[in-house]
Amino acid sequence: MTEIISTLSKHIAAKILKQPARVISADEPLISSGLIDSFSLMDLALFVEDTFNVRIEDTELNISTFDSLAQLAAFIQSRQSQ
Amino acid sequence: MMTFAERLNLHLSQTPEQVAVTLQITNQPDLPVTYAQLLRGAQGFAQALENEKIDSGEVVLLILQHGEELIYSYFGAIIQGAIPSVMSFLTEKLSPERYRADLSTLISVTRPAAIVTYAEFADEVRAVVGDSSVRAVIVADNISAQDVDVLSWGGLNRAPEDIALLQHSSGTTGLQKGMALSHQSVFNQLDAYSHSLGLQERDVIVSWLPLYHDMGLIAGFLLPVLYGIPLVLMSPFDWVRAPYRLMQSVSQYKGSLSWLPNFAFNFCTQKIRDRHLEGVDLSTWRAIINCSEPVRWESHEAFYEKFKAYGLRQNALHTSYAMAENVFAVTQSNLSGRPKVEVIEREAFMAERVVREANDKAAIAVMSSGSPLPNVQIKIVDENGNELPERVIGEIALKSNCMLTGYYNRPDLTGKAFLNGWYMTGDYGYISGGEIFVSGRKKDMIIVGGKNVYPQDLEMLSYEVPGVHAGRSVAFGLFDEEQGTEEVVIIAEADSEDEIENQKIADAIRQHVTKNSAIALRHVKVVGPKWILKTSSGKTARSANKEKFLQEFGK
Repeated sequence: MTEIISTLSKHIAAKILKQPARVISADEPLISSGLIDSFSLMDLALFVEDTFNVRIEDTELNISTFDSLAQLAAFIQSRQSQ
Repeated sequence: MMTFAERLNLHLSQTPEQVAVTLQITNQPDLPVTYAQLLRGAQGFAQALENEKIDSGEVVLLILQHGEELIYSYFGAIIQGAIPSVMSFLTEKLSPERYRADLSTLISVTRPAAIVTYAEFADEVRAVVGDSSVRAVIVADNISAQDVDVLSWGGLNRAPEDIALLQHSSGTTGLQKGMALSHQSVFNQLDAYSHSLGLQERDVIVSWLPLYHDMGLIAGFLLPVLYGIPLVLMSPFDWVRAPYRLMQSVSQYKGSLSWLPNFAFNFCTQKIRDRHLEGVDLSTWRAIINCSEPVRWESHEAFYEKFKAYGLRQNALHTSYAMAENVFAVTQSNLSGRPKVEVIEREAFMAERVVREANDKAAIAVMSSGSPLPNVQIKIVDENGNELPERVIGEIALKSNCMLTGYYNRPDLTGKAFLNGWYMTGDYGYISGGEIFVSGRKKDMIIVGGKNVYPQDLEMLSYEVPGVHAGRSVAFGLFDEEQGTEEVVIIAEADSEDEIENQKIADAIRQHVTKNSAIALRHVKVVGPKWILKTSSGKTARSANKEKFLQEFGK
């Protein structure tokens, strides 16, 4: 779980926020805080699919799945164990 | 010359069972709406406006999302003789307090007589309305379709020169300008544009564009419905989550025409998975028109490479230059060819503002936005309004028979926009071989994802963040090759150089500005005192700060 969170945090900091040194904590809000907009959300979904070998349907791209790294990591784990 | 209501009446009597709009909504079957159904839906809203004694010529704001209510209430207002204006709906990104404050300012300028919204949002709207001009908040959920009664249509008494609709400009909602467009101007635009497009009965328009934006409202809504061209309409929110739906819809409905801002070409190219394109056939798409952002030939190339395997034709990629003040299109590339790309000398273009063929010098490639519509005249002028020769960069000025009537309730702004009868666009560009190449803009406006953003609005918001002082931040746009659009940068000065402290301020700026403008910021940099360059008169020099940012932080 921590490994997933750290991978996601690094990707978001480097590719989306363009602040590689920035660390995103597990429960920090992503969408509601303005860190991630709808275009970056799509980008993150594709990164998740490629990196963790899971599928995300477009209806699952919403604030309840994605608003924090902890939520997203839990979602990824539940998909991986399926 | 006709009015909207007369044109709708014509469709109702001649082709009542033709599908006017197919609405696509995620997780629901597609909903075909015939002209008869559209006008029955509209009649319900017209009756509701009548019950509230909303008169002909009064403004009705529609605060609705993609769906049946939006299209019925739009034409309901039209047949009643009222003036509809679509407002963007509250999104999860924007703070509700800011939305309320902006709406309240807009109401005080536009002075609408009624607002149509959903039950769940009605109390919110009523709280904003107070004792303003608004006499009725109409709850869309309670309105049902009614038998069409053409004799009751106040819209049939409107004259061609009367205002048909208001189109609000982008920018901070409270300061949006309402562009008042007459029936005559809209039809003059659409007649001329249909000609440039070679519009045919067998065309099918597919659009995901929002109706509060001119490209969505005019090209992706009124053109098809008023001219009897089938429209397949999806929600912008569904498209951004699943861009492949555009391709699937074009394939399924044999779509032939679409309009996209430049970033959407990049977005579709990069974000669509092949698994979502199985069986997709794009060979019916005869024009995908790049408009409302600077056009990039690189974006077209990448889009073509990605989708050619699905039947996309290379000569389907087109460009247009448009603005709401001219109803919509000013120019259109020739649909029987491809937009011209000129490879020109970079240095001369940037520094001397002239265009020379790049022989062995450093070059840039610029793509044409096409030639003026048959009813539009264009000239390029210097700062004194004198006409410049071909291939010299200056401000684009235009004249047409489809200009706005005025900025609604803002005669002061209307007067300023024109110089000797020419509308001054504020965009820079040049003419070459009769075609227009748009090169930049006079003001520091940022265009991000097709949306116009004023840097001063973002700077003002940043001053509200603790730790940032008024006048000590600068916002500008930075073109991003990968995204095909500009990204927003904000630099703010803090009192110290403490990195941890400054990171916190940067996060707070990001959150506050996004919540209050619905614009995502890409780079937020908090720097020490005296970083920001000012002009001798103490104004923030945005382009100089942009240069400094690029030098110091690379990109």
